[in-house]
Amino acid sequence: MTGAERLRALGLLAPAYLWLTVAVFLPLSAMAFFSFLTDVPFGDREWAFTFDNYAQALTNPTYATLLWKSLKLAFWVTVWCVVLGFPCAYILARMIKGRSREVLFLLVILPFWSNALVRVFSWAIVLRGNGVLDRAVNAVLPWDVKLNLMFSETAMVIGLVHSYLPYVILTTYLSLQAIDDTVIEAARSLGARFPRILWRLILPLAMPGLIAGAVLVFVPVVGSFMEPRLLGGRVGTTYGTLIEDQFVAVFNWPLGAALSFILLAVVLVILAAASPALRKATT
Amino acid sequence: MKTILMTTALVLVAPMALADEIRVLNWQGYGTDLDWAIAAFTEATGHTVVHEYFTSEQEMLTKLRTNPGAYDVVLINSAFTPQAQAEGLIGPIDAAKVPNLADVDPALVANEDLNAGGALHGVPWTWGLTSFAVNTGDFPEAPTSVSVFWDPALKGRVSIRDDALEAVQFAALATGQNINNITDMDAVKAKLTELMSQIATFWSAETDWNQNMAAGQFAVATYWSGSAARSMSEGLPVAFVVPEEGAIGWLDGLSIPASSTKQDAAYAFIDWMIDPDFYVKWEAEGAPATSNTAAAAALPEESFNRKVLGDPATVARVQFMRPVPDDVRESYLALWQELKAAQ
Repeated sequence: MTGAERLRALGLLAPAYLWLTVAVFLPLSAMAFFSFLTDVPFGDREWAFTFDNYAQALTNPTYATLLWKSLKLAFWVTVWCVVLGFPCAYILARMIKGRSREVLFLLVILPFWSNALVRVFSWAIVLRGNGVLDRAVNAVLPWDVKLNLMFSETAMVIGLVHSYLPYVILTTYLSLQAIDDTVIEAARSLGARFPRILWRLILPLAMPGLIAGAVLVFVPVVGSFMEPRLLGGRVGTTYGTLIEDQFVAVFNWPLGAALSFILLAVVLVILAAASPALRKATT
Repeated sequence: MKTILMTTALVLVAPMALADEIRVLNWQGYGTDLDWAIAAFTEATGHTVVHEYFTSEQEMLTKLRTNPGAYDVVLINSAFTPQAQAEGLIGPIDAAKVPNLADVDPALVANEDLNAGGALHGVPWTWGLTSFAVNTGDFPEAPTSVSVFWDPALKGRVSIRDDALEAVQFAALATGQNINNITDMDAVKAKLTELMSQIATFWSAETDWNQNMAAGQFAVATYWSGSAARSMSEGLPVAFVVPEEGAIGWLDGLSIPASSTKQDAAYAFIDWMIDPDFYVKWEAEGAPATSNTAAAAALPEESFNRKVLGDPATVARVQFMRPVPDDVRESYLALWQELKAAQ
């Protein structure tokens, strides 16, 4: 790059980096700073530097239990998103052409247009005992079924999958659409049947999109607390709830910040551990 | 004879009736700033009333500290009265200057926190409860004990609020302890552990409480007295219960800052505020329970504040919340989180 080009690149990147600095880097640094304090430095509160928050967060078994629970929840939500998202994306990208594809695409993105809380509350109406689902099933089946999915882990997974499924569909759709038709025709001319083509060609070629989608789902679900609380009820306490409590209920921002950074570290470690496999899949 | 008496009374009252402008510090929209009440007070006494508002107890204390002489009447929750008294922000109440105090429930006048420093520092004004309500569909006859929360038949139809302090204090009541001085935390923990498997979900706001009751999801759930009165007036089939084990209470008092220069007008205003005439009108617009037994008795018979809370025997069972130190609050939260994480 010549000097002039570099200058132009810098000029074009500046707004984006300024935005990242102001909206992401500064707040995150402030939280990182808080996580090493004994108390928030607001007003005339006394504070000092300490590692206590991290020690407390790492030694308390309650926090570990909840972290494990959140990771498991995120795992299952991601699995279901991939299992349901891939066929949807495949049909959209490879089997439907023209206007109907646009309409179906719109339907996929539709959940994003409604408020997350509204979505959760509508699920509550559907899932609760004597709710929409319960009545529908009982109207069809001759015997009496008591279907109360509300306030259970199943309800949490259903609600979260519904919220995050579009991410997987969108990213997978993009990589599926990019597959050259001639490659598949070539495979077919060599005698490969559909299952083989799917397994050896389409799935590996769609992998970058699937993985991007899975990461987009996994990371926010690990920290989720609103959907689990409303749909999970008694069992809906997650690691995210813990962080929220520290900020809202007891005004212990330092501990809340420390808990957040531990979560961030755990997620990064998981992604790093998975990265060899991910890299292999994406190349 | 009557005229002479009235004239004498007028002459006696006259020096006090010099028109003053008093400044009241309170939450916005909390009784003292009702237009019709102030207008009537001004007409009766000649004093005018100006309001200033706070949005948190800490802000109220800061305002008292930094503006000596600026306020004549201040609303202080009883949990904060000892702190205000210890800092010398408020002065003792001269009972002789508040005639209506004679009708105020003696149990409330004797409240430990309002009597910080050994003398009454706040006139009991309003109070409310955290207890529980039941679905009348499930309970044609309201229960009298909190033990219904642990009834195996109601598994999955019970709810409490997602709040560590409230949960721990509720369990303290159920185990027969003093909510402000819990000595047997193990019993509290065991009681809450047992309760957890009964619970459907935790409620967090009036709206979701109402929805779950209306849908039949809850049969019994902890609730606030003011919210229960609202839910019942909206036609929800619920009954509010103050069980024999007691309930958690809050109490608001009206105090006079030590630095006030218009004490007589301030006393007149406080007396006006605890007067049955004022309360009955305020109650019709939705007021919390009154401290004044004569005022409660003057309410319509079916009124929530008379029927459920107006009974001195009910007040006697209430344990009023005292200040909770930060470390105690955090230990409660740790216990609560541990219990929730184990689900």
